Amino acid sequence: MDSVNGALWMFILPFGLAAAALLAAAANAALDSRARGLTMTAGLFAPIREGARLLRQQRRTLPGADSLLWRIGGAGLVIAAVLKVLVIPFGGFTFADLPVGLVWFNAMDVLLWALWWLLGWGANSAWSLVGGYRFLAQALSYELPLMFALTAPAVGAGSLRLMDIQNAQSGLWFVVWMPVAFLVFAASVVAFSSWGPFQTATGGDAAGGVIGELSGVDRLVVLAGRYMILVAGAAFSVPLFFGGGSGPWLPAGVWVVVKTLVVVAVLLTVRRLFPTLRPERLAEIALVLIMPLVLVQVAVAAVIVAVNGGAL
Amino acid sequence: MISAVLFWFLSVLAVASAAAVFIVNSMARASYALAVSFIAVGAIIVQLHLDYIGVITILMMVMEMAIMAVFMVMYMGMNPALMPMDMTHNKHRSAVIAVVVFIILAAGALLIPWPERTEVPTGNVTASLGEALMGSKMLVMLTISPVLFATIVASLVLTNPRGRYDRRGDNLDRRGADGRSEPEDPIRGGLGR
Repeated sequence: MDSVNGALWMFILPFGLAAAALLAAAANAALDSRARGLTMTAGLFAPIREGARLLRQQRRTLPGADSLLWRIGGAGLVIAAVLKVLVIPFGGFTFADLPVGLVWFNAMDVLLWALWWLLGWGANSAWSLVGGYRFLAQALSYELPLMFALTAPAVGAGSLRLMDIQNAQSGLWFVVWMPVAFLVFAASVVAFSSWGPFQTATGGDAAGGVIGELSGVDRLVVLAGRYMILVAGAAFSVPLFFGGGSGPWLPAGVWVVVKTLVVVAVLLTVRRLFPTLRPERLAEIALVLIMPLVLVQVAVAAVIVAVNGGAL
Repeated sequence: MISAVLFWFLSVLAVASAAAVFIVNSMARASYALAVSFIAVGAIIVQLHLDYIGVITILMMVMEMAIMAVFMVMYMGMNPALMPMDMTHNKHRSAVIAVVVFIILAAGALLIPWPERTEVPTGNVTASLGEALMGSKMLVMLTISPVLFATIVASLVLTNPRGRYDRRGDNLDRRGADGRSEPEDPIRGGLGR
């Protein structure tokens, strides 16, 4: 690949991710609009309208706000999402073929701990800070199950390189014999996006929490970043659990995108089926119930690999 | 050339953000300046082709700083963590100690006859590092980790002033006549116990 081509590709990644995020936001708004008894098309353009409104809105700030940390927290969400997608293989092609791609993803989702909290802190508002601490309380519950859920595909493939994990599923997709790991992973994606049943950090009961005091372009960047990390998380489940780019007729890269959008659609639907879960209740569920389940899942994967001499 | 530039950039970033920890006047800025310093060090480790150790350093240190944010608000009375404060204590003595330690370490790094590299790692570096660290010491690791974990849990149980033992005494699963736990646990968990 020559350098001009390479530079073009580097543009495709952030803009493609932003486009997918916009699509997810539009679909979500359409479903919201139907739930309120309006037509779906009325909601479809709501994210674009809202984006245009926020671009024109004047930036509001509070006395004593730590603007530096506040802006780092907001812009960081978009950056973390792009950095996550960097290691995803699109068939045989990947932007960065890290030998420890899986750990890279994990490091980026831990970065979200810092970013959400900084957003809550920077505003110098009590409600924002409450939101930031709610996120950390929730993160303490989801992170350990997530780490073990990530371990299962690594054990299955015997590698931390995403290309190897994807290729190990040529026989059977990991989601078939690691369903618990996938469910925990999907729930964690929703949780680190502060969305759906795990949205208390940005919840209306805390006046919007960490996003409560944001206005104008700052708010737009954070709301876009939230959908981008949701899409990035869903995209990551494709090489981990759904065989990466494998599929008939279409090119591998297209299959990755299609599978990602299907996972996003499932997450959009699931969001409507579950009530919001308070972080302090989540702690006991995650550590007493989910942790043993996901450990058993890793053990099952390890035994299958040991007996079979490799992935199924 | 590029890797040398990158190395110097990361080194300067690591030292500058480490110095910022003591210059800024807010707990949040100090915590995350330290996180930036650790991230730069992690990136330098990645530059040494120790990808796993480098990325895991970044992961652990960012998480650590986030947890520190929880603890600084939880355990600091009258909450100076939320107000501007001086990040240095015992200024003169700590400056002297820091300078002496720096001189000793820097002298050591420059004067020690470092061994020449004899072998180049082949194949999977992460796997061979794991073998080198854990291979012959697996039994020790397996013994130490439960002991460490038990120590952490035990010290938390003993130091938490409002834990379950304080509310209920030794008999944690005591039940009343109606079959509910007695006394009623004011902090209910998500499993409805």
